[in-house]
Amino acid sequence: MNPLVKNSLLFALVGVLILGTGIVQGWNSALLILNMGLVSAVMALGVNLQWGFAGLFNIGVMGFVALGGLATVLVAMPPVTEAWAVGGLRVVGGLLLGAATIVAAVMAQKRLRGRNKIIGTLAIMIGGFFLFRAVFDGGVQAIEAVNPAVSGNIGGLGLPILLSWPVGGLLAAGAAWIIGKTALGLRSDYLAIATLGIAEIIIAVLKNEDWLARGVKNVIGLPRPVPYEVDLQRDPGFVERAASIGLDPVTASTLYTKIGYAILFTIVLLILLWMAQMALKSPWGRMMRAIRDNEVAAEAMGKDVTARHLQIFILGSAICGIAGAMMTTLDGQLTPGTYQPLRFTFLVWVMVIVGGSGNNFGAVLGGFLIWWLWVQVEPLGLGLMNILASGLEDGSATKDAMIASAAHMRLLTMGLVLLFVLRFSPKGLIPER
Amino acid sequence: MDVLNALVAFANFVFVPGLAYGAQLALGALGVTLIYGILRFSNFAHGDTMAFGTALTIIGTNVLLGLGITFGPLPTALLALPFGIGATVLLVLLIDWLVYKFYRDQKAAPVILVIVSMGVMFVMNGIVRFVIGVDDIRFADGERFIITARDFRNMTGLDEGLAIKTTQAITVVVAFVVVAILFWFLNKTRTGKSMRAFSDNEDLALLSGINPDWVVKVTWMIVAALATTAGVLYGLDKSFKAFTYFQLLLPIFAASIVGGLGNPLGAIAGGFVIAFSEVTITYAWKKVLTYLLPDSLAPDGLVQLMSTDYKFAVSFAILIVVLLFKPTGLFKGQSV
Repeated sequence: MNPLVKNSLLFALVGVLILGTGIVQGWNSALLILNMGLVSAVMALGVNLQWGFAGLFNIGVMGFVALGGLATVLVAMPPVTEAWAVGGLRVVGGLLLGAATIVAAVMAQKRLRGRNKIIGTLAIMIGGFFLFRAVFDGGVQAIEAVNPAVSGNIGGLGLPILLSWPVGGLLAAGAAWIIGKTALGLRSDYLAIATLGIAEIIIAVLKNEDWLARGVKNVIGLPRPVPYEVDLQRDPGFVERAASIGLDPVTASTLYTKIGYAILFTIVLLILLWMAQMALKSPWGRMMRAIRDNEVAAEAMGKDVTARHLQIFILGSAICGIAGAMMTTLDGQLTPGTYQPLRFTFLVWVMVIVGGSGNNFGAVLGGFLIWWLWVQVEPLGLGLMNILASGLEDGSATKDAMIASAAHMRLLTMGLVLLFVLRFSPKGLIPER
Repeated sequence: MDVLNALVAFANFVFVPGLAYGAQLALGALGVTLIYGILRFSNFAHGDTMAFGTALTIIGTNVLLGLGITFGPLPTALLALPFGIGATVLLVLLIDWLVYKFYRDQKAAPVILVIVSMGVMFVMNGIVRFVIGVDDIRFADGERFIITARDFRNMTGLDEGLAIKTTQAITVVVAFVVVAILFWFLNKTRTGKSMRAFSDNEDLALLSGINPDWVVKVTWMIVAALATTAGVLYGLDKSFKAFTYFQLLLPIFAASIVGGLGNPLGAIAGGFVIAFSEVTITYAWKKVLTYLLPDSLAPDGLVQLMSTDYKFAVSFAILIVVLLFKPTGLFKGQSV
């Protein structure tokens, strides 16, 4: 079959699946799946950039997504002026001291020689650590004591939330620069474990540094880029228009906001997809694939492999950060406790591999398809179990066990999908050209 | 007296827990390192293999308890351990035959095998949830303590108590026995020697008539046994929760890399290095320091270098430092 026809059919299939969801389960669920599918597609684009283009094995996607989430709080929440007054300076000073310590230690490591090197570096690290704690801790205590039930953190800048999307990308890019500088020279599975570790640390910081984004107390009520449902329902003009197309105001308002998000997300996805396509077709993209396929040959051609790897690692992570900010905006709250590696790292990998690594359209398709499956596996599994157990008596232990087990179908299905694709169609649904 | 009190406090809060945790990590890291040495990939499904073995052992324990069989003062789970190991051996052999064998025959790149092991991780995680659910399960029974803090205080007349949990003692003893058997096996038996030869130089090993299928099978069996034992010991000491076992992957990988991937001795050393660093850095030293320092210098705060939630950061930092300065690990890696 002509690849263009085949790909169009695959995307049409996703469309049919989402439309089908709309008809069977209602349009609100369909739009929810569509919105998270768009976010997932952006994440998959980022991972595809790293893995598909450059062969970098990053399994710390969760960390970058969480940093994007942090950006929404830091950009969009109103600042807590009192907290800044009591402890802001000390916290900033402490952080600067910590950064200065690390820079000084790296300098010492480079400049000093022999025994002085180890002693000097260690002395700077230990001295700097205690200095950092001495300045930092007091500030944190002061900030967290400010009205802890509502805030207890420094708040944000009070800017429009849409601004947090690029900021989320920048935060993730900054983190990626630090990780890349230290870990990119290592072998592929070491990079994997390093990124896995960084992601866990980022989540630990989000959970424990209450002064930053309230930790596990969560930040709720983030500002929204689209109007609130309640406001729409109060607006007579909106109610009238809803009535004219035969919808009650409540349904109309929920659909309206979700469609608003969908439009914003689609714009971001299209821009990023266009950029990724241009990059892939450019000499830069060809160079990346050449490096991926044969590092030694590329190096012989005079390409700076480490610098290119760092570059694409930062770009891919930034895209994950943008997706993270979009997701938190959609949720309207930052809940660090819900970030789990299986959901935010490994699921994105399934999307990329199933869609087709090295192909941007494949990654986008995988994002939609796998997200749909992830959401629908539970109801589908429940239906399946109900059919299988229909012969059994109501209330029998076997039947209850079978129905209860449907809740655990997700991970099993995802694993099986990944294994089957890797085995029988290792290039994915839309292979790299 | 104060020095003794400080020592006891140190032993109670740092040394004994660290020793037990280190033994658990070492057993886990041994499994990772063996897979890396023989099959040449980092097995991301290892944490879930541990979870599966532990889940089956818990089921076996419940069956035994239902029959009224206990192990006296020791946890019943130890009696059910062979059953858990057996089931895990069957499962990993089945998975190897269904999944990994295909890629081995193809001579696929290690990174492909790592991705495949991610798929296996998902599947095993799902199976564990089917089998036992997602709840936190405590399954230690029998005597809780060998010596309680109060008994110790009464015995010695010190202010500080030293409590040793049965599970901690069992962990150390079992780990010691398992490691001794493993090293005897690798160094003295014919199969063990062929495993080491296979790990050192695959082509040469094949040339000298070593059966690769047999080596791979034996490796999986040993890894399943090690993983189940490590998982059960960890679960007895703390508690069983599928998600915690997945998270153990990071310290276990850190331990095996710090020690030198592919080197069993290194895995053990790495396990203890990681465990003791985690415990010492996240322990609040106030108590020990108050005994040691004169009153005027006694600390006000907790003197905790990092909060316990950052224990991942500790294993990670050690990992990075070792990778940057000694990429093959403390012991030379990649030679079983």
